[in-house]
Amino acid sequence: MEAFITSLTVFVLAIFVGFEVITKVPPTLHTPLTSGSNAISGITIVGALIAAGSSAVVGGPKIAGGYTLAEILGLFAVVFAMINVVGGFLVTHRMLAMFKRKD
Amino acid sequence: MQNWQNLAYLGASVLMIYTFMGLAHPRTAMRANLIGALGMTIAILATFVQIDVWPLVLIGIPLGSLIGAILALRIRMTGMPQMVALLNGFGGLASVLVAGAYLIGQPSVDLQTNVATAASGFIGAVTFWGSLVAWDKLEEFLLKGGPILFPGRHVVNVILILLVIGLSFALVMDPTRTSLYWWLCLVSSLLGIGLTIPIGGADMPVVIALLNSYSGLAAAATGFVLKNNMLIIAGSLVGASGVILTAIMCKAMNRSLANVMFAGVGSEVTTGPKADDVYAGKIKATSPEEIAMVLDGASRVVIVPGYGMAVAQAQHAVKTLATLLEKRGVTVDYAIHPVAGRMPGHMNILLAEADVAYDKLLEMDVINPSFPQTDVAIVIGANDVVNPLARTDPTSPIAGMPILDVDRAKTVIMIKRSLSPGFAGIPNPLFAAPNCLMFFSDGKNAINDIISAVKES
Repeated sequence: MEAFITSLTVFVLAIFVGFEVITKVPPTLHTPLTSGSNAISGITIVGALIAAGSSAVVGGPKIAGGYTLAEILGLFAVVFAMINVVGGFLVTHRMLAMFKRKD
Repeated sequence: MQNWQNLAYLGASVLMIYTFMGLAHPRTAMRANLIGALGMTIAILATFVQIDVWPLVLIGIPLGSLIGAILALRIRMTGMPQMVALLNGFGGLASVLVAGAYLIGQPSVDLQTNVATAASGFIGAVTFWGSLVAWDKLEEFLLKGGPILFPGRHVVNVILILLVIGLSFALVMDPTRTSLYWWLCLVSSLLGIGLTIPIGGADMPVVIALLNSYSGLAAAATGFVLKNNMLIIAGSLVGASGVILTAIMCKAMNRSLANVMFAGVGSEVTTGPKADDVYAGKIKATSPEEIAMVLDGASRVVIVPGYGMAVAQAQHAVKTLATLLEKRGVTVDYAIHPVAGRMPGHMNILLAEADVAYDKLLEMDVINPSFPQTDVAIVIGANDVVNPLARTDPTSPIAGMPILDVDRAKTVIMIKRSLSPGFAGIPNPLFAAPNCLMFFSDGKNAINDIISAVKES
């Protein structure tokens, strides 16, 4: 329970930080904000990596090719989270490059 | 080892917060995005210390990166709303899979983790399927872009929500019954479809912003499953960002979120004046030559882009016309309505692509007071956001929506293919106003014709 309360504290404080910081983003950058925050929501990659490759944390009976079901789910999670991360940052970069002043 | 990893995660969290801070200005935004990518790289590398079975990791990372890179490099700026929708969905799906893997591989006995697992599955599945529907509507692949209202949809959605609650409760009570989790994800998937399908067209910016928020909350919920504060911080930042954007979009339409989500606006209109009565005998169709003459005497021109400019891909032509006018000493600005287009900031991205300086893109509140001093307002592919009925008709579906006051300019040039109504489905009295000239044409051809005419005059 103690760990949960700590996490909850972090959650609530982070939301306040988020509101404070993001209200300062100008409308002209709302699309890069959406795609950039998209990339950041790919942070689930951390959980995906552990599920796919950490037998100490995530176990279970082996089902296919010597891998557990959890590991195979982890593999798919790694793929989708990486699409999110790489696609998100790259597309944001492309957009922001257009905003550079050309004068 | 554990301490070093947590310190690295803290560093990554700080870099991600900095990313959002840097997005406060176009000058620092590009660096901010790179710093966010650096933070993500640190987070991934720090996680490697826990990996002991490498094959799947070494397949998954390059495969996902490759697909992501191809998507990001190939997408055209006009396809950006679809891309954003799709990426939101993948984030949600990753959360569903991670929480599922933890449930199977590391059955938890504590209540909080079980609740977080159910929340990850629920929010993640709603996000994934909601995003797929949004993507499909924007792409118009299977479904049309507008709202699709099936009978009894409210009842169906309520039943699905009750099922979600029941399944979540059962799963939290007995997490060893992992099949409950997948049932929960299935029902949540149906709910994601059911909630998104009735929303469409010009309400898409709200849907995109909302799904963005969900993808963050799904990541935060996964953070609770993993007991990882970095996920919670990053997820709640994204969640907050989506909520703020949603609120801005709703405010810009003077509608509540509930109205956007459940009212099915855009499907039919029962009140208000009939189009024939509004337009009868009052429409003045114009030609490129006449527009060139009007522009010849102008000293200030405001361009008002809407979704039609994106559809016609007319942004480059618009920029060429603006440059031509500026060379003749005309001041040209752009008026951007917050909900113009299909996602937050859609018009800004398209015009930035065409090399329009960002300080020429003026927000509604900034530009509205200057319309009475504007000689010509050129409206290209926008309709509802310039409809004066929003100010005058309290029964109209757009009543009270803040609009761009183009009707107060000396001359308004509407570039439109026909007199067809916008998303709100109502006639626009502006078209019949004495100071309004209608140029019936495709956006891009229209601008190119005007450019030729201006050059000849």
